[in-house]
Amino acid sequence: MTHFKRSLVIGLWFMFLALPLMVVRVNTLNHEIEWRWANMLWLGFCAFALAWFWRASTERRAARQALGVAAGRPLLAKLSWAQRLSDDPALSRRLLLIVAAAALIFPWVVSTSQNFYHVNIMVSALIFVVLGLGLNITVGLAGLLDLGYIAFFAVGAYTYALLARNFDLGFWTCLPLGGIMAMFFGIVLGFPILRLRGDYLAIVTLGFGSITKIVLENSEELFGGAAGIAGIPRPDLFGLVLDGREKSLYSYYIVLALVALTIFVTNRLKNSRIGWAWMALREDEIACVAMGVDMARTKLSAYALGAFWAGLVGVIFAAHNNFINPDSFTFMDSAMILSMVVLGGMGSILGVIIAALALKLLPEYLRAVAEYRMLVFGAVMVLMMIFRPQGLISNLRRKYERAPADESDGHGK
Amino acid sequence: MDSEYFFELLCGGLVKGSIYALIALGYTMVYGIIQLINFAHGEIYMIGAFVAFIVSGVLTLTGYGGPTVLLLAAVIAIIYAAAYGYTLEKIAYRPLRAAPRLSPLISAIGASIFLTNYVQLAQTPDFLPFPELITDFDFMEPFSRYVSSVDLVILVVTTLTMIALTVLIKYTRVGKAMRATQQDAVMARLVGINVDRVISATFIIGSALAAIAGVLIASRTGQINSAIGFMAGIKAFTAAVLGGIGNIPGAVLGGLVLGIAETLGAGYISSAYEDVFAFGLLVLILVLRPAGLLGKAVKQKV
Repeated sequence: MTHFKRSLVIGLWFMFLALPLMVVRVNTLNHEIEWRWANMLWLGFCAFALAWFWRASTERRAARQALGVAAGRPLLAKLSWAQRLSDDPALSRRLLLIVAAAALIFPWVVSTSQNFYHVNIMVSALIFVVLGLGLNITVGLAGLLDLGYIAFFAVGAYTYALLARNFDLGFWTCLPLGGIMAMFFGIVLGFPILRLRGDYLAIVTLGFGSITKIVLENSEELFGGAAGIAGIPRPDLFGLVLDGREKSLYSYYIVLALVALTIFVTNRLKNSRIGWAWMALREDEIACVAMGVDMARTKLSAYALGAFWAGLVGVIFAAHNNFINPDSFTFMDSAMILSMVVLGGMGSILGVIIAALALKLLPEYLRAVAEYRMLVFGAVMVLMMIFRPQGLISNLRRKYERAPADESDGHGK
Repeated sequence: MDSEYFFELLCGGLVKGSIYALIALGYTMVYGIIQLINFAHGEIYMIGAFVAFIVSGVLTLTGYGGPTVLLLAAVIAIIYAAAYGYTLEKIAYRPLRAAPRLSPLISAIGASIFLTNYVQLAQTPDFLPFPELITDFDFMEPFSRYVSSVDLVILVVTTLTMIALTVLIKYTRVGKAMRATQQDAVMARLVGINVDRVISATFIIGSALAAIAGVLIASRTGQINSAIGFMAGIKAFTAAVLGGIGNIPGAVLGGLVLGIAETLGAGYISSAYEDVFAFGLLVLILVLRPAGLLGKAVKQKV
C-alpha cells in the first residue's frame, strides 16, 4: 500500500509541476486565457502509473535476485551480445561482411531515379558517423571533452566553399586541404588550452565553437555572412555529367568510403603506441606523464587528428549540400556529436556508429511526430544515461586477468 | 561626452552583469558540491520567466495590476523554478552520482533539450511580450540616461539577493552543511550531514536565484521565448568559470566583469561581436589564470 501512496504523491507532484506551463496559455493578442485541465490530469495519471510500475518491477527483480543467491547461484553479470561478438573473430568477420555488402547495395534498393530521398538522408547520417568517430578520438580515447567540435567541421566546409569559389579548385584537391586546414586549427587552438582541466577545457572549446559561428555570421564579404555560400560544386567524377540521383549515389559512396577509412584508421590508432598513450592520459594524467609520455604532444595529436576527420567530412558536407551557412554549425550539433560518442560508449567504434545512425536517422523518420521528436530525443538522452551510463557498447578492454563480472566498473573518471 | 558614453555603457554592463551573476551563482553552487555542469540551469531560468509571464498574464486579464502582480508573479515563479530544479536533480542527476564524469553532463544536455521543447510545446515557440510591470519612478528622472527604473530595480534586487545568499551560506544550518559538503562530501556524511538533502537544497536555492534573474531580465527586455535559456545559461556558466567555478564571490565578480566587458566591447567596437568578447575574455583569462579570477589552483596530489 505504501507503494500506492508514494506513487500517488509522485503523480500529484507532476500535476503540480504541470499546472502553469501545461494548463494555462495566455493569448496576449486577443487577451484570452486558455485552460487545458485535461493535460494536467493526463500527466498526473501517467506519472502515477509509471512510478507504480517502476517500484513494482524493481521489487520483483530484487526478490528474484535474493532467491537466486539463496539457491546458491552466483550473481554473474550476463555478457552483452557485443562482447560475445568481439570475442568470436570468425563471427564478427562474417557480420562485418554482411554489413559492408548491405551498405554497398543499400542505395540501389531504396532509390529510384525520381526518389533518392533515403540516399540523401543516409549521406547526412554517414557524415555524422565520421564526425562521431573523429570526436571519438578526442573525447573517447584521449578523454579531452570538446564541446566545440563542430567548428572543425565548419572549417572544412568553408575551406572547400571558399577555394572552389575563389580559386576554382576541384573537390578532390580540396578534400585533403580541408582536413589539413582543420587539423591546423586544432593545433593552433590546442596549444593555449593544454593546461586546462576537464571542465574548463569544455567551456573554452564551447567558446571557440561559438566564436567560429559568430565570425562566420558577421563577415559578409569573406564568408557570406548569415546567408552563407551557395552554388558549391558537387564532387566531380572525371568530368562526367551526373543527374540528380547519380550525384546522390556518388556522394553516398564517397562518404561510405570515408567511413570505412575512418573505422580502419581509428581501429589501428586505438591499438598503436599513440592510442595507448591517449588512453593512459585519459585514465590518469599524472601517472601517464610520470611514465614518460609527452603530454603536450599526445594531447595535441588527439586534438589535431580529431579535427582532421571533421575537416575532411566538412568538405564532403559542403559538396553534397551545394550550400552552407552558419546555421549548420551550432552548439546543438556539437552536443549531438558528443552524445553520439557517449551514447555509443566512449572509445567504442561500433557503438559510436550505431549511436550516430540512430540519432540522425530516427529524427528523420520520426517526422510524423516531428513536433515531439526533440522532446523525445532529450528524454532518451537522460534515460540512456540513467540506465546505461557506459553507453550502448561499453568500451571493451583487453581482459587479461579480469573476471567478466566486474566489467561494469572498468571506467575511469 | 566621451566619458559620459563610457559611464552609460558601464551602467548597462553592470545591470547585465548582475543578471549573469545571479544565474552564475546557481552554476557555481551546484558545481562546488557535485562537480557537475548543470547545463539545464539556463532552462530553469527560462521556466522562471515563463511562469512569471503566465501568472502576470492571468492576473492582468482578470483585472488586477500594479506592483503586487509583479511580486506575486515573482514569488510563484521562484516556487516553480525551485520545484523544477528539485525534480530535475532527482530524475536526471541523482541516479548518476557514481557514474563516469561525462554521463551527468550528457544527461544535463538531454534535460536541457527536453525542457526547452517541453515549454515550446506546452506554450509556444514564438516570442511573447512580457508585460511592463515596473513603472517609471519619478525620482529616477534625472538619471534615466544612465539607469532606467527597471535597471535600478534589478540592481537593488540582485544586491539584496546576494546579501541574503551570503547570510544563508555563512550563518544558517543548511549553509554550514553546504560548505561542509563542498569541502568533503564523504567526511560530511560521516559527521551526520544528509548529503542528498544538501544537494537538493543547493538545486532549490540555485533555481530560485535563476528564477529571480528570469523575472528581472524579462521585465527589462520585454519579451520571452522558450529558447532564451540557452545563451543565458552559457554566458552565466562562462561567468562562473571566469570567477573560478565553485567559488561564490567569484561567480558574482565573473558575472560583473563579463557583463561590463561585453557591453564595452559592443559599445566601442561592434555589437555583432558581443559574444566574441565574452568568450575571448574567457579564453584569455583561463590561459593566463587557469583556475579563474578567484579560484584557487588545485594542487594535484598523487
